[in-house]
Amino acid sequence: MLEILQDFWLQLLIGQYPKGPLGGLVMTLILAVCGLLASLPVAVLLAIARVSPYRWVARSAAVFVNCVRGMPLLMLIFWSYFVLPKLTGFSLSGFWTLLAALVIYESAYLSEVVRSGIEALPRGQIEASRSLGVGYWTTMRKVVLPQALFNVLPSMTSQFVSTIKETSLGYVISVNELTFAANQVNNMLLTKPLQVFGLLALIYFIVCFSMSRALRSLEWRVRRARAMV
Amino acid sequence: MSFLTNAQLLSMLEGMLTTVQLFAICWVMAFTLAVLLVVIRTIDFAPCRWFVDTYVEFHRNVPLLVQVLFWYFGMPELLPEPVRMWLYAHNAEMSLAAIALSLGSAAYIAEDIRSGLRAIPATQFEASRALGSSFLQTMRFVIVPQAIRTSIPPLVSRALLLFKNTSVAMAIGVVELTYRAREIESETYRTYATFGAATIMYLLGSFLIMFVGSRLYKRYRINTGAGHA
Amino acid sequence: MIELQQVNKWYGEHHVLKDVNLEVARGEVVVVCGPSGSGKSTLIRTINRLEAIGNGKILVDGDDVHAKSTNINRLRQKIGFVFQQFNLFPHMSVLDNVLYAPVNILKQPRAQATELARSLLERVGLADKVKAFPGSLSGGQQQRVAIARALALKPPVMLFDEPTSALDPEMVGEVLQVMKSLARDGMTMVCVTHEMGFARDVCDRVIFMDGGVILESATPEEFFSAPKTPRAQRFLADVIGH
Repeated sequence: MLEILQDFWLQLLIGQYPKGPLGGLVMTLILAVCGLLASLPVAVLLAIARVSPYRWVARSAAVFVNCVRGMPLLMLIFWSYFVLPKLTGFSLSGFWTLLAALVIYESAYLSEVVRSGIEALPRGQIEASRSLGVGYWTTMRKVVLPQALFNVLPSMTSQFVSTIKETSLGYVISVNELTFAANQVNNMLLTKPLQVFGLLALIYFIVCFSMSRALRSLEWRVRRARAMV
Repeated sequence: MSFLTNAQLLSMLEGMLTTVQLFAICWVMAFTLAVLLVVIRTIDFAPCRWFVDTYVEFHRNVPLLVQVLFWYFGMPELLPEPVRMWLYAHNAEMSLAAIALSLGSAAYIAEDIRSGLRAIPATQFEASRALGSSFLQTMRFVIVPQAIRTSIPPLVSRALLLFKNTSVAMAIGVVELTYRAREIESETYRTYATFGAATIMYLLGSFLIMFVGSRLYKRYRINTGAGHA
Repeated sequence: MIELQQVNKWYGEHHVLKDVNLEVARGEVVVVCGPSGSGKSTLIRTINRLEAIGNGKILVDGDDVHAKSTNINRLRQKIGFVFQQFNLFPHMSVLDNVLYAPVNILKQPRAQATELARSLLERVGLADKVKAFPGSLSGGQQQRVAIARALALKPPVMLFDEPTSALDPEMVGEVLQVMKSLARDGMTMVCVTHEMGFARDVCDRVIFMDGGVILESATPEEFFSAPKTPRAQRFLADVIGH
């Protein structure tokens, strides 16, 4: 395995770049970061929709979230892969379809966390703000969300690691991320699948494990700082 | 816009059947393995603890797809030639996917059961041993049943995830629901109809699992509720 | 200033407010008291539409509080409300809590609004806590900040919903001090409270409620020396007795 790593580390890291698109582990991380960052605003919007006083808004959001959470991510990726080009008119690269699917999937999950954060907030907070004459949206923005989102932070750190793992499904639609790159290496070598895929598993393990440890200590520090508040 | 033909629907239902079979097999295997892991973990011998902890951390940090690829492409290399030939002749895809899914899920289920266990006061264990029960008897009749009851909600969501994760098996050619949907879509280009049908089937499966879960939860709640009612 | 006309409210089958009529003149300080469940909290919460009413009318400075056409946000800017549970925003500093309304509604620039905020905090005796967060303040301090926050928009009317009921006894005094000074400065106030000392010292009228009905409405002297209804007599005996 060590020889494979020595010979192919560059390809596993960045794919075919610069002769081809950027790929490998770097692409995996880019997808994970973009996916997570983009899913947070969508999650917040979905959560606000779910607590909306307008019943049809709340119901549609609930249906959407439950449907997304009831289907496999792979199914969602295929939806994205086949339907997005039809909806937008241009043919999208695998990167964008995978990113779109990841964002939808993550935001559905995160919106539940945000929603429970909103619903856990004492009613008095909203009453105090409304009693001062502040409108619904400003109350949402300045009073409800800052407090509800505080609980989202720990979930987001574990979501980041999950997202890194989920990017591996890009392999199925030929997105040039780490698993796909490893498969390419395997197709070149042909006689060492055990080592290649063993190495792949090890790389993911090291990345995800250290990431979750690092994030946990970061999260602990943030918690301490805010508790002082 | 007419719907799918009967033949196509039938084909999707066959795929659904495979999905359900895979789910059932994996759930049973994973659960059994998880219980075993939990029992091993409680043994007061450091290597046992390390083994289980490493097992769990490994399977939680490596993507499921990568695990499946490893078992399908990599692992058979370790088998002697005749065994490998036999395996490939006898539905290797399904078996190896089942192994990968079971091992992966077992890690999560073990953690769920362990947190259920941690919720049981140590005094339960002491009381049982004080009555003269052996360690194994105590685990079997007192501790594990209670842990399972507390763990029902997380286990239900774990079952849901496993059900959806069976879709990953299509990457190595297991003809389950997602595979069939993709196959029919590529023949007929009826994207919305095929994927819509597949999504509905997944949603139905999910709702069924959630329904069973909530019934189980209510039933077991009543049994243990006598203590604090 | 405030007028309640034939106000009725139901919670399902339960008739919580029964044909309530009340008038509060400008500059008047009114205390509403009564046993728990009498509807006094509900009553005060209907005045700024934190609770809806079944039928009847509530007018504040001429505006119908519960009419669909009324801009409730604009109306609430004229009504200050102080809660039993303070309800300060924990993620904002004391200063930001007080600045919240002027900055977000009136769109005043922070520098300008800060002057007023500081003077309000000084008035409630918390000028040194400007940068502190609610979590580090005692109950009495938090409630005083809440009063400053409610005063930030200079409302002509202040409503107090059991402002001292959630406080430890030694902190009740500091909050009542602030309320008394407000009363003496001519603020129109309606207070739901159990603090009979406050009622005796500063209020112009005492309203006694039970079972959703206003049973008595009298000056403090009249009410405390000679309550007319047996229910009120029993209430006073219980409250003053200990």
